[in-house]
Amino acid sequence: MSNPVFDRIQADISANPVVLFMKGTPVFPQCGFSARVVQILSHVGVPFKGVNVLEDMEIREGIKAFANWPTIPQLYVKGEFVGGCDIVTEMFQSGELQTLLEDNGVMPKATA
Amino acid sequence: MAMDSAEIAALIKAALPDAVVTIEDLAGDGDHYAATVVSSAFKGISRVKQHQIVYAALQGRMGGVLHALALQTSAPD
Repeated sequence: MSNPVFDRIQADISANPVVLFMKGTPVFPQCGFSARVVQILSHVGVPFKGVNVLEDMEIREGIKAFANWPTIPQLYVKGEFVGGCDIVTEMFQSGELQTLLEDNGVMPKATA
Repeated sequence: MAMDSAEIAALIKAALPDAVVTIEDLAGDGDHYAATVVSSAFKGISRVKQHQIVYAALQGRMGGVLHALALQTSAPD
């Protein structure tokens, strides 16, 4: 029995290398935790797709079951759930986030 | 509806008896906390899985009555 909401989520995270399910948009985050992850992703310079869960209640609830993770924001890289605000912040501070992004080839090529 | 820190610590310790739990009330409103949890159960597992264990211990309150829990988990050295 397939879950149409899960299918939509799966399609989104498969089609986009870096996806942030968040409250608000990258330009207008509407939650402090979502805003912090947007800041981190912008700081490391990785392009990402923001999905505003406030505009789609199905996704807002479905994403929590999809990742077995009760809160928003949620970061996905190459279809894999990376974590919420705490984990992304910890990984950024330790440098693991930058390594993960480089290893997954989602960082823009440095222009000479 | 909100939670108090003792209740949060008790739920976590019920699931992780050896856990050392410290909880800080960030906003004084009963639903914004920061917690550190140290337990041998976290040895060798990813941060996501460690946090999921703590969320499971909170039995569905996370994201509901408990709006925000800034979480730091680790295994004892």
